[in-house]
Amino acid sequence: MTTQEQIDPADTEPANGDVPLCVQGLKVYYHTRRGPVKAVDGVSFEVAKGERLGLVGESGSGKSTIALALMRAHKPPAKIEAGKILLNGSDMLEDDEDTTRFRRLSEVAMVPQGALNSLNPVMRIRDQIIDGLKDHQIRLSKTEFNEKVASLLASVGLPAETSNRFPHELSGGMKQRVAIAIAISMNPSLIIADEPTSALDVVVQKQVVQTLKEVQQRIGAAAIMIGHDMGLMAQFASRIGIMYGGKIVEIGSARSVLKDPKHPYSKMLISSLPDTRSKRKLLSIPGLPPSLLNPPPGCVFHPRCTEAMDICKREIPAEQLLSEARLGACHLYNEAGANSESANGEGANGESANGTAS
Amino acid sequence: MTTETIDQPAAPATVPAASQLLLADAVSKIYESGTFRKSYTHALDTVTLSVPAEPPTITAIAGESGSGKTTLARTILGLVRPTAGRVLYRGEDIAMMNRRSHERFRREVQVVFQDPFESYNPFYKVDHVLRTPIRRYKLAQSRDEAQEIVLNALRTVGLRPDETLGRYPHQLSGGQRQRVMVARAVMLEPKIIVADEPVSMVDASLRATILETLREMNEQLGISVLYITHDLTTAYQLAENIIIMYQGRVAEAGSVDEVINSPTHPYTQQLVDSIPHPDPDTQWGTGGETTFSPDIATTGCNFYDRCPNAMEHCRTTSPPMFRNGANRVSRCYLHDDHDEFTDKDLRAVFAG
Repeated sequence: MTTQEQIDPADTEPANGDVPLCVQGLKVYYHTRRGPVKAVDGVSFEVAKGERLGLVGESGSGKSTIALALMRAHKPPAKIEAGKILLNGSDMLEDDEDTTRFRRLSEVAMVPQGALNSLNPVMRIRDQIIDGLKDHQIRLSKTEFNEKVASLLASVGLPAETSNRFPHELSGGMKQRVAIAIAISMNPSLIIADEPTSALDVVVQKQVVQTLKEVQQRIGAAAIMIGHDMGLMAQFASRIGIMYGGKIVEIGSARSVLKDPKHPYSKMLISSLPDTRSKRKLLSIPGLPPSLLNPPPGCVFHPRCTEAMDICKREIPAEQLLSEARLGACHLYNEAGANSESANGEGANGESANGTAS
Repeated sequence: MTTETIDQPAAPATVPAASQLLLADAVSKIYESGTFRKSYTHALDTVTLSVPAEPPTITAIAGESGSGKTTLARTILGLVRPTAGRVLYRGEDIAMMNRRSHERFRREVQVVFQDPFESYNPFYKVDHVLRTPIRRYKLAQSRDEAQEIVLNALRTVGLRPDETLGRYPHQLSGGQRQRVMVARAVMLEPKIIVADEPVSMVDASLRATILETLREMNEQLGISVLYITHDLTTAYQLAENIIIMYQGRVAEAGSVDEVINSPTHPYTQQLVDSIPHPDPDTQWGTGGETTFSPDIATTGCNFYDRCPNAMEHCRTTSPPMFRNGANRVSRCYLHDDHDEFTDKDLRAVFAG
C-alpha cells in the first residue's frame, strides 16, 4: 500500500555516486495531543548531480518539513518515523549528532527562507562566512580567509567591501546573496533552498534565483528548491515534484510536468495560474486542503478531485512510472490500462494516456 | 503640488459630482523621521486618480515594496491624512465631512486587507465579523433579517454558510477567511472596494476564487475595485487599467494591455521582464541587471540610479508624464517626443 513498493526498483536505487541525494519512503509526523499529523507521508525521490529539483506545494503539503528533515533540523514534536535519506550513499538518519553537524554545510547546505533572520545582526559578514568554515576545522591564515571571503562574495555578485558590513546595512536581496555565499562556502553536494525569495520584490527575486542557479551549476551540486510559486520553479528547476497532503503526487521533468500534467491536482493547479498572455476566467480547485491529522481515506486528493472514482475513496494510489523519469500516483493511470496490473473496470475511462509523453 | 490647479473641476462641496465618485486630488504623503536631523520620505508624491460613478471599474495599483501603493490606498480610505492634496468622496473632502457624510463614506468605501489572519479577533467566531457591521449600520430590523443578510453575503462570495458560521477564524482556511472579509464588505452594498494585496497570503488553488469573487462583485453588483498588488499577472487578469508606482510616484499608467504587454518605462520593463512565467519555454530575459548605487544624490528622476537608459538630464530634472499611447502615460524622458500629460487625473487616459 505504501508508495515505494510498486515502483520499478531500477528507478529508486541510487545508480552510482552521481546521485548525491536519494530519499526513500520518508515519513515525518508531528506528534500532537490529538494524534500524529502526517506532514510527510511516504515520500521517495532522488536528485542527481547538477540537477535542480523543485518541490512545489501549497501550505500544509509537507514541502518545508522535507527541507528540515533533509538537514535533520526538524524539532519535536516532529519525528522521522520511517525512511532513509541517503546523502552521498550513507544514511543521514543513522549519523550521530557530531557527524550530522559536520555534514551540514560541507555536504548539505541550506539557503533559508528569510536571510533577514538567519544572519547574526551583530556580526560582520566576513566573520559569519568564516564562522562556518572554522567550525569545520578549516585553518587558514587571515589573508587566505579574506581572499576566500572575497571570492565567495564575488561569486554571488557582491563587491568585496560587503565583507565589512553588518546585515542591517544590506538590502534584502544582498542578504539573500550572502546566505547563498555561506551555503556554497564548502562546495556541498546538495543545496536546499526553502522559499529563498519569498520576502523579495520581483526584480530582486529574479536576480537572486539566477545567482543561485549560476553557483549551483558552477560547483555542480544537486539542488532542491522548495516553494509554492510555479513560475519560479519553471525558471529554476530542471525537474518538478508536486506535493499534496504530505505526498508527491507527480514528479518529472519541468517541461513535461508543466506542459502536460498527468495528475488531476497538477492539472488543476497549473490551469489556475494567471499569466499575462491571455485574459481568461481564472479557475480554482474546489474544496479545501486536507486535514493531515485525519486525512481522507484512499487518495488524499479525492474529495477535491473532479475525476474521482470509487476506488479513490478506498485505496491509496501507488506511485507508478508514467514514462521515462516520470512518476505519478493516481488511479486514473490504471483506468487507462497501460501500466496497470489490476485495472478496475468501473468508472470513466480516464483520458490521461500514459507512457507517451516525452 | 498645490490643490488649486485641478483640471477635473471638483464640484462645489455639497453637490455630488455625477461623474466622479471618488477623487484623490494631487495627494502626497511625506513621512518625517529623526528628532534632531530630520529626514523626509516621500511615500506618495502628487498622485491624482478618480473613480467614476459609472461604469464600475477595476483599477490595479502595482509596485514593489516602498512604491507607495499601500499609502495611496490608505489615503483614499482616510486612514492616512495626506500631507498635501485632498480626497473627495461625492464631491466632499473626506477630512472635513460632517458626521452623516462620513458615515456614508465609511459604508460605501470598503476595504479588504492583505492578511486574513490579522483582520480577525481570534476569540470571536466568524459570525461576529459579519454581525458587527449589521448592528453598526442598522442594516436589519430583526434577528431573522440580520441572519438573512449574513447568509446572502456568504453565498454571494461562494461560501457555504454551514461550513463557515459558528466557526473560529483558525478553523477556516486563508482563502475562506479572505472571502468572509469580502462578504463583510459586500454586505454593506459598497460602491468601492479597496483590496490591498488580497491574495498574496492565499494558496494558489484558492487565489483564483478570491479574484473571481472580486470580478463578480464588479460585474454583477456594480462595485468598483481598486486592486493593490505587487503581482502583475493577477493585475493583468483582473484589472482593465493599471498604475505602476515607483518610490511614491506614478511611473507608468494606462490600460493593462498597453502597460503590461508593451511597457515603455524602464522600470515597468524591468518588472515585466522579472515575471516568472510558469512555462519552461518562456525563460527570464537576461537584461535588466543593474548595479545598485543608492548613494547617488539625485534631484531628478527617482529611478535614475537603477535605470539602464539613464541620461544626463535625468539626474537633474524629474521627468513629467508623457502621453505616449492612446491609453497610456509614462514618466520618462525617453518619450519626450510625445505631449506632456497635463490633465492630472490618470482616469483621463484609461481604457473603458
